[in-house]
Amino acid sequence: MRNFKSISRGFFIHATLIFVSLLSIFPFIWLLSTALKGNSENIFQYPPVFFPQEPTWDNFKGVWNQIPFMLYFLNSMVVAGFTVLLNLILSALAAYPLARMDFKGKRVVFYATLATIMIPFQAIMLPVYLIVLKLHMVDSVNCVMGYLGLILPFAVNAFGIFLMRQAFLAIPKEMEEAAFVDGCNVFQIWWKILIPMVKPTLAVLAIFTFIGSWGEFLWPSIVLTQKTLYTLPVGVNDLQGMFSANWRYIAAGSIIATIPILVFFIAMQRYFISGENDGAVKG
Amino acid sequence: MYKYYKKYVPYLFLLPAAVILILFFFIPFFETIILSFFDYNSNIYSPQFVSLANYTELLKSPIFYKVLLNTFIYLIVAVPFLVVIPLIIAIMINQKIRGITLYKIIIYLPVIVSIVVAAIAFKWLYAQQGILNYVMALFHVDALGWLTDPNIALYSVIIVTIWKGIGYYMMIYLSALMSVPKDLYEACDVDGANPLTKHLTVTLPHLMPTIGLVTTISSISAMKVFVEIYVMTKGGPLDSSKTIVYYIYERAFENLDLGIASAASVILLVIVLVLSIINFVFFENKQYQL
Repeated sequence: MRNFKSISRGFFIHATLIFVSLLSIFPFIWLLSTALKGNSENIFQYPPVFFPQEPTWDNFKGVWNQIPFMLYFLNSMVVAGFTVLLNLILSALAAYPLARMDFKGKRVVFYATLATIMIPFQAIMLPVYLIVLKLHMVDSVNCVMGYLGLILPFAVNAFGIFLMRQAFLAIPKEMEEAAFVDGCNVFQIWWKILIPMVKPTLAVLAIFTFIGSWGEFLWPSIVLTQKTLYTLPVGVNDLQGMFSANWRYIAAGSIIATIPILVFFIAMQRYFISGENDGAVKG
Repeated sequence: MYKYYKKYVPYLFLLPAAVILILFFFIPFFETIILSFFDYNSNIYSPQFVSLANYTELLKSPIFYKVLLNTFIYLIVAVPFLVVIPLIIAIMINQKIRGITLYKIIIYLPVIVSIVVAAIAFKWLYAQQGILNYVMALFHVDALGWLTDPNIALYSVIIVTIWKGIGYYMMIYLSALMSVPKDLYEACDVDGANPLTKHLTVTLPHLMPTIGLVTTISSISAMKVFVEIYVMTKGGPLDSSKTIVYYIYERAFENLDLGIASAASVILLVIVLVLSIINFVFFENKQYQL
């Protein structure tokens, strides 16, 4: 009896989880199915056909030839890459004194940093835009300035600083004292002793900052005026305007644009699903 | 402890981050408040100080009430789902069963995929002749104008937000579940408690702080929703799916009505501030202590 109970319970759990999993991927699967259907197939057919009768790559080729995906991909790489790099450096720098040093105004700095967490970007984006304009960091000046405008407003945030601060707090103070006795100056202590010890936290910060920056849509869609600087999300949204009713192309383009982040996710999956890194990123 | 650094050194470390935070957080924060007292509508090149006129105009305009109501509905509908569904899934996944990793990866997938792609995928599901309406027909329910019916559009967009958030909050619950003491479960087993009582008496009380945390952070992100609406409905039809961030975006960047946009931003700031303070005081007070 007990055995029967546990088997039926196991069945119930798997059935539910399989159902949730299907719901999670179905929108993408359906998009893929549509993208693989050729012109001879009616994509609005009733009843809907799940498996394309004559699967074809034509839509992928067609949309690839009309949309500079490689360019959008490179733009996204440049923006996300530098955003990650700056976040790592600036967070690790700022977190060190907050974790380890005594200085005048520490409380003010600490609470001011904390306060920025409570300021949603969406509420201040207009003045941020005005400031970026004043600094000429827009793509109409040149592409380097365009990139700067996309990157600098997100070059550091309080989450990253607090995440690194927690990592520094976990290191025994004796490490620094020993290094000082050995003749290291404070920058050497930071760079040669502490940074190597917080590498796992830096990896977590890098990965979550990358995901956030890669998916960012609101800000690039505000500042960008030229297609040559479009990042992937902006390019994907643009598909809707370019191929208004051609859902085969829109679907194929959306899937092409998703491949890079999918590869990244599969490669780094243990960071996402280990369950130890919650709070590393917040919406 | 002796000091191994000179007095100015801490500031040197803080400087680069401080420049960014001041330039792109603090100055814009105060500028938002200042702009909200000016009228840009008559002449964008010579704004007039109008004190609280932008706020009174907002509070007199039916559209702003509509926007606030929509945002409130968004929060009220999305948050309970985002608190409860991920919790149930997390409890189910948190056992020794086959395929846990695969389940986690698949359920987390919507979190990492661009919200733009997700919104496009749902737009396709929601199409008038789309697959969702076909499924409805199977159950003899009339086809819905998922994104075209003013009574439904907002909820259709909310579904996307819920769908995309489940994996994220599930991971937060899973990491909290790791810290529930195992011997309490064993005690339950000895007492012969069934799984439901086990979770009600052991799991839930232990997870209360996490449930609170998920409530506040999902509320904050519901307040900030934008991309789903931008990609799927542009706030329509008839403003039925317009929420506050979309309204700010439209006023600021389409109508160039900087004063009104800023006044609405200040209102958003206040709401998020209250939610954040609740979050800090009750749920995240350990992480952020000096």
